Amino acid sequence: MSSARDQILGSIRKSLGRGALEGEDAARLHRRLATPSRNLIPDRTAGLDRDGLARQLVGKLGEAACSVDEVASMAEVPGRIAAWLQRENLPARLVQAPALANGLDWSKAPTMEVKTGTADGSEDTSVTPVFAAVAETGTLMLLSDAPTPTGLNFLPENHVAVVRRSQVVGPLEDAWSKLRAARAEAGAAAAGAGMPRTVNLITGPSRTGDIEQRIQMGAHGPRRLHVIVVDD
Amino acid sequence: MQSTSRSFKQNAHHALQDATLQRALGNIKTGFQEKRRQVIAALPEFEALRDAGRDIKNHTLANLDFYLERFEERVTEAGGVVHWCRTPAEARQTILEICRRRNARTVTKGKSMIAEEIGLNEFLEANAIEPVETDLGEYIIQLRHEPPSHIIAPAIHVTREQIADDFRRHHSDLDPNRRLEEPRDFTDEARAKLRDRYFQADVGITGANFLIAETGSTVIVTNEGNGDMTQLLGKAHVVVASLEKVVPTLDDAATILRLLARSATGQEMSVYTTFSTGPRRPGDLDGPEEFHVVLLDNGRSAMLGTEFQEMLRCIRCAACMNHCPVYAAVGGHAYGWVYPGPMGAVLTPSLIGVEEAGHLPNASTFCGRCESVCPMRIPLPKMMRHYRTREYERGLAPGTVRAGLSLWSFLATRPSLYRFVTGMAAWTLGALGRRAGRFKSLPMAGGWTGVRDLPAPEGRTFHTLWAERQGAERRGSGGTGR
Repeated sequence: MSSARDQILGSIRKSLGRGALEGEDAARLHRRLATPSRNLIPDRTAGLDRDGLARQLVGKLGEAACSVDEVASMAEVPGRIAAWLQRENLPARLVQAPALANGLDWSKAPTMEVKTGTADGSEDTSVTPVFAAVAETGTLMLLSDAPTPTGLNFLPENHVAVVRRSQVVGPLEDAWSKLRAARAEAGAAAAGAGMPRTVNLITGPSRTGDIEQRIQMGAHGPRRLHVIVVDD
Repeated sequence: MQSTSRSFKQNAHHALQDATLQRALGNIKTGFQEKRRQVIAALPEFEALRDAGRDIKNHTLANLDFYLERFEERVTEAGGVVHWCRTPAEARQTILEICRRRNARTVTKGKSMIAEEIGLNEFLEANAIEPVETDLGEYIIQLRHEPPSHIIAPAIHVTREQIADDFRRHHSDLDPNRRLEEPRDFTDEARAKLRDRYFQADVGITGANFLIAETGSTVIVTNEGNGDMTQLLGKAHVVVASLEKVVPTLDDAATILRLLARSATGQEMSVYTTFSTGPRRPGDLDGPEEFHVVLLDNGRSAMLGTEFQEMLRCIRCAACMNHCPVYAAVGGHAYGWVYPGPMGAVLTPSLIGVEEAGHLPNASTFCGRCESVCPMRIPLPKMMRHYRTREYERGLAPGTVRAGLSLWSFLATRPSLYRFVTGMAAWTLGALGRRAGRFKSLPMAGGWTGVRDLPAPEGRTFHTLWAERQGAERRGSGGTGR
């Protein structure tokens, strides 16, 4: 208990003309936090089936200046990444998230130099999975964890994100529900009410408008965000 | 930051004469205004979301103590620390102690208006710690030793020719004859320069757009990714935030996020919206070892329960200044402190006093565009009128204004005298100005005629014309009356 803390809380209560909340008043607010309810959600993705959500996502990713590739299975992903790097005239080397080490079979792209781990700033391209993809706005949700380090999302100039169709949700609220469910299942409630250290919502590649309001890609984070949507 | 709000009139006068500034300000309309209009047209629920956003903030402010305590509990559970600070001095000292414990020489900074409010950079420099701004706009103005002139586009007042000069002067290790013309050239150069600084930094300081009571998370919203690099690569992550940034849940943040980027830059979502909760976890390959939230009051708790409470709903999108004719004419520096435009005209006197910043609420045409675009429906013109009233009541308004208002109120409370005097004035001015149709100068109206002509009245008052029209309608001969 610091005195500054008590004084600030005291000043708030004095201005609001009441003491600390107690009894049913406090209980009501505790319930609001424990069982969060949704506010108004735009209709945009309401009633969309799996195909509809995927189409909406792909459209919104394009609006956000991502490039998109759609493939039929995980087995195709390494080859498609290799082809994309070649098309963009980028070096055939990358760093992949540990989470993908068993999922991607690079033997079909033998010229590719692949390392696994986080980024140290020397890599040109990273490949990561996502936790969810929000079709409403073309937003990817990525969580920090040992198999999915955050550095991969920011340090390389090119970021390739692999999205499975089953991970696509409609509004952002659906991604929060999915996160709460996953963390409860993992029993990770101890730290930060189940939140990982970092949750990144990413909508397109890095950009700035700070020079005379002209938009430029690649301000600090990736210049290119390439999303591969996998039909699973 | 030392305020120059007292000299708003002189500041504004200089700004209007500054041709370079006027050129830079010309980009606002095609940039922010048009993009916002388009993205809002694509979301039919936008008006209803404004209501929802306002209601969330009103609920939070009415229970602010409760939500701040819950926020602190969650931060602590996640291994972080909340530092409660009443004043800018307490906040600066808290940050300095965190830096000293880590023997910090360099700190990187994401964009934070609260860091501007507490004058953090000057303070760190005075204590032998180098602050490095990493947002491109902030980096530019740090090189120029200027304060930001806009809350989301801090270097909006600077042209690219000026930036080229600054870069050549400060990046003296690079080829002096390199090309610095296209925006791309500047972005690439700053990217390369700042890369090294992220890795050198001992501490990374960011602001916060939201604090989440449900989870103890702090949230930043950026397009560049600089705030993310700042917190990822610093050994300690320090968040500076004012206490009204708290919202109850992730779902509440989702609602306000739908309003924020659309109102600010005309995007549906900014590129990076990042939720940070505590320090890195066991097994994580990257992330900061410490997590601190410096929670600043600085007069905000005293705004609750007053006619200015609604200002605390502000989410700092800058829509009000992007649509303000006064801001567009004079830019942000004229306002003289951290927060410019209509939101600054209300917030600045609340935080540093009406004696210091009493001019700012007068810097308004009362056109009402700020309120009409505010995503949180803050009644900015109404609050500026409250401040005008206070300025008058405290005797801070100049003598001429007071005399004029007294004369007007004397007349306005005596209807027949008012009609007689205004009738005489209209008749006299009408007769005098009939030939030219306008006056180049008039006694007691120098404030107007000094910069433009006053059109001559046609000789009759509005009252007279209205009475005639009503009479005509009653006789049934008025063709246009409805």
